[in-house]
Formats: sequence, structure tokens, C-alpha cells
Amino acid sequence: MKITNTIPSDNISEINGDKIDPSEEKTVSLFSINMNNFLSNRLAVVASLIVIFAVIVSIFSPFFAMHDPNKTDLFIRLQPPAWMEGGDWAHPLGADHLGRDILSRIIFGTRVSIAVGFSVIFIATGIGIFTGLIAGYLRGKFDLVISTIVDILLGFPYLIFAIALMAAMGPGFLNIILALVYKEWVIPCRVVRGETLVVKEIEYVEAAQAIGASKLHIMLKEILPNILSPVIVVATTRMATVIILESSLSFLGLGIQPPTASWGNMVADGREFMLEAWWVSTFAGIAILILVLSMNIASLGLRDAFDPRFSET
Amino acid sequence: MENFLKRLLRLVPVLIGISLIVFLMISLTPGDPVQIMLGDQFVTAEMEQALRKDMGLDLPIYKRFGYFLYNASHGNFGRSFFHRRPVMDVILERLPATIELTLCSMLMAIFVSIPLGVLSAVKKGTVYDRSSVVTAMLGVSMPGFWFGIILIIIFSINLQWLPVSGRSTFSMSVPSVTGMLLIDTLLAGEIGSFIDAVKHLILPTITLGMAMGATLMQVTRASMMEVLRQDYILFAEAKGLKWFRVTFLHALKNALIPTITVAAIQTGQLLGGNMIIETIFGWPGVGSLVVQAIFNRNYPLVQAAVLIYVLIYVIMNFTADILYTVLNPRVRL
Repeated sequence: MKITNTIPSDNISEINGDKIDPSEEKTVSLFSINMNNFLSNRLAVVASLIVIFAVIVSIFSPFFAMHDPNKTDLFIRLQPPAWMEGGDWAHPLGADHLGRDILSRIIFGTRVSIAVGFSVIFIATGIGIFTGLIAGYLRGKFDLVISTIVDILLGFPYLIFAIALMAAMGPGFLNIILALVYKEWVIPCRVVRGETLVVKEIEYVEAAQAIGASKLHIMLKEILPNILSPVIVVATTRMATVIILESSLSFLGLGIQPPTASWGNMVADGREFMLEAWWVSTFAGIAILILVLSMNIASLGLRDAFDPRFSET
Repeated sequence: MENFLKRLLRLVPVLIGISLIVFLMISLTPGDPVQIMLGDQFVTAEMEQALRKDMGLDLPIYKRFGYFLYNASHGNFGRSFFHRRPVMDVILERLPATIELTLCSMLMAIFVSIPLGVLSAVKKGTVYDRSSVVTAMLGVSMPGFWFGIILIIIFSINLQWLPVSGRSTFSMSVPSVTGMLLIDTLLAGEIGSFIDAVKHLILPTITLGMAMGATLMQVTRASMMEVLRQDYILFAEAKGLKWFRVTFLHALKNALIPTITVAAIQTGQLLGGNMIIETIFGWPGVGSLVVQAIFNRNYPLVQAAVLIYVLIYVIMNFTADILYTVLNPRVRL
């Protein structure tokens, strides 16, 4: 495949002595070059498809689940998975200590993981872009205040910060998002600030300043579009971490509260029945593993394709 | 040296900020500490008032923060609601178990991951390299709490090779010198108890150290590959030096710089993992103590433990920074 990066309004028809007929050359944007790179990484594509599938499952959980995830039926208490003795295909992955269908709970648990993952990353990236641009472009007092706050928050181990905050705020879906956002925004903020410091010295920013563009215009229209790809790469990389943190909090009983199914509290449910029913904890954990692993592989693929500075040669 | 002092100075606002956040987290928690402390006991309004005054809860919040800072810097975090003893005593009693587990996990992670990472870089692209990359990827993607439970199901319940939880099978009769059972049992010459302690340590150590080991392996592999591309390695090979010498003396020395820095940061991260792993394995350390304290609403203890954890983390990160500059003179602080 031949890809050339020509500038549309350019009349140069001779590069390195080779005659080029402009009508034959297709203009290809940097984005589509990167996208092609990404699509050629088969493993990353498969991983992204799994993530997309998880998103679809989380949106349409009721269509995928065969049972009500909270319906208890003590007759099938701790029923093993279908392929084991005593199991049946009505409950493929078996049932938990209250006789709830494990597969249906895993399907509904996808909602929590995906919703927390996406909302935390979305909000945190928004705050991070805003604060990072201000700190990096305006510098001075703003930078001092923002950077100090960032330094302080970086002083906390992530999980301990989240655990302490959840202990103080009490469990619940909204509180998890808040607790994680309070700390997560620091990461995009640092990236945006660092990138802004570099980009603001480039000529097009100076040009915009020279024609009297407002600071807000320069930050949002000149700088932001040019630093977006590392920011997106970081956001996708972080989502996996956020999902593990949510499930850890729910596992400890500080996050999503029963009876709402989350993968973390399902693993915790199974802990008391490890002796007689290994399947209760195991499958929810495998769900976390598959989603997080796919996200990690996909984001690594994105990083290699869109942010070549990191890529291994 | 001047740079070192500058960095040290920058820690001051960070430490004050951290203390403020920890203080606020717990102080602004809904629920009246006096009520929690009293529980179901019946007391008169005067007695309740006296207790409130005794605990300093009648003071405005900025004064309380001042006292908190002053007391904390003297190692005084008040009394545990639950144990009715100074918080610091309760924590210190549990600390050796946590240190023992953390050190073992750290050592395991370092001594397993570095050789694997080097080998992976040297044999880049082979089946061995690919499988260790996949394993490391699995290692960072696996939730620790789940991995621990799976290990228990396999090795303790089904194979019955290792104990399910705790630090020792029988209450140890060995005199406590360091509080770390591995050392104490050896000092007392009790080989049976030592083996027992080792058996209890294996699963929690693997669970806690896995994520760190996987990360270190990735870092070692990447930096080793980077170093092996450098001209001085080519030169060393051209001189006819032995492969072993080039890899382990010339290359590894330089490749380890990022690994050591990441190891210091990751050791700080182990502290958070501690809370979960200790809870799963019933390990009587500070981590499981904090988790219990949260559910008992024993806030002075939570506050103190979180502050101690964060202090250790900040010190580890600071050490990582310093190590990085010391090991890599090209970088200036």
C-alpha cells in the first residue's frame, strides 16, 4: 500500500526528482495512516472488538441475560456449572449462595464496570484537559496552585486514597465515581500540561498570538487539537486500571453494594463458599480479567499506532 | 546536593497537603465520633459533653487540624475507639507482619522478574519472549483479590499443600525479637516453626508480588532491549568479549536504572495491595486491621494508618527520584 502525505494546496510536483502527478495521488490524513497501522495489529483489533462487545452487553444487559440477576431461588443454591454433575444449561455458569444465576449477574455486572470505567475516565480527562491547559499555557500562579495539588494527590497510593475516601463518603455508585475522579484527573492533567509546554512554543501558536487571538481561543483551538492524541492514548490506558480499582472497592464491600451485581462483590460473595463452590468467585474474576486484558492490549495497540514515541522498534 | 535540598523542600507543602486531606477525609465523615465511641452505652449529657471536650471535638476545625498535625508529628494519633488503646500501639503491634509480607513480595518480584526480563530481551521475538510478554500482560491485568482466591482454591483446598490463612498453624512459642516470624523462628532455632511460617507466606507473597513482578519484567525487558541497541554494546561485542559478559556486565548495569526506579515506586504501591491481600489471607497485619477499622468506624485508626501508608509511599517515591539521578548522572534533578 502506498501512502503519501501531501498537502492539498501544494503545487510541488517533483519530490526527490520523482515526477508526481497530483491527480493520481490520494491525500491521506495522518489519522487514517495511524488507523491503518492500528488495524494491521490483529491482536489489538480482536481486543478492541471484545471491549466493544462488553459495551454492547452493558447497554443491552436485559436482552443478554436469561434470568433476573437478583432473583433468588434456594432450590438451586450453589448449583454447579452446566458441564459438572448436578448442573443444567438453564444456569450455564451455575448459581450462587442465594440461588442467583451467575451468568446473568456477570452480564449485569458489566454495566457497573463499563459505566464506572467510562464515566471516571471521561470526567477525569475533561478536568485534566482544563487544568492542564491552564497550568501549561498560563503558567504563573495558576501553574503553582495546580501543580501543588497534583503533587499532593500523587503522594497518595491510589488504592489507599480510594479506600479512605470510600470509607469517609460511604459506599455507592456515585461515590465510587467521585472517589476515583478526585485522584484520576491528575494523570491527564500532567500529560496535558507537559504537552502544552512543548506545543505553545511552536510557530502556529505564536502566529495566533500575533494576530491577537484570545487566550481561550489559543488553548482550545490551537493547542488542544494538537495534543489530543497522547491524551486519548493515556485515557484508554487508564480505563483498565479504573475498572480494577472499582472491582477492588466492591470486593472489600466499600463500593457497589449488594444486591446490585458487580464483578468485585461477586468475587467477595464466593469467598465464603470457596470450599464447596469454586465457581461463584471464579467466573466473575475471569470476566474482569478478560475485559481488563482486552483493554490493556487494545490501548497498547492504540499507543503504538497513534503515539509512535512510545512504540518498540 | 543543592538540588537534593530543593527537592526535599518541595516535600514540605506536599506533606502538609496530604495531612490536610487525610484529616478532612475522616473529620468530615458523616456520623458523630462520640456516638460511635459510646456505642450502646447509656451516658448522661454531661458525660457526653465531657468526652467531646476531652477528644477536642468542641474546637473549631482549623484548631483541630493544628492539634492533629502537632500530635501526629509526635506519633500520637489518639486512642482507638475499638481497642481502647493508643492507636499507634495497635498499629506498631501489627506492623512487623505487614513488613515481612511486603519485603518478601518485593524480593520475589525483583529476583524473578529481572532475570526473566533480561532473558526475554536477549531472546527477543522467540517463543520464550512472546510467552513471557503474555504472562506479564496477564499479571498486570489480573485483579489481585481474585488471583489470591484462585490460589487458595487450587493449592489450599484442592491440593491441600499450603494453609488457607494466617501466619502460623499453632500459636508461636518463639520469643518475639523482630516480630517477623521468619527471622524470629530462625533465631530461636525452631526449624519446624520456620517451615510452617514459610508455608503460610507463600501464597500471600505470590499474590501481592505478582503485579509488581509483571511490571518490573516489562520495564526490564524494554530497557534491556534499548540498551542492547546501543553502540557501546556493539563495540563490546566487536572487541570479542564473551556474550555473558556483555549481557550481564555491560548491558544489565545500564538497563537496571529504570527497573530500580520503578521497583521503588512499586514497593509503595504494594502498600495499597496489602489491604486487600491481607484481608483475603487473614494475614494479621496493618492492612487487614485498617479494613476492619473502616467497618467498625474506628476512624482514629484509619486516619493514622492512612497517614503512615502515605508517608512511606512519599518516601519511597522520593528515594526513587534520588536513586534515578544517582544511578544516571546524565539526568539532573
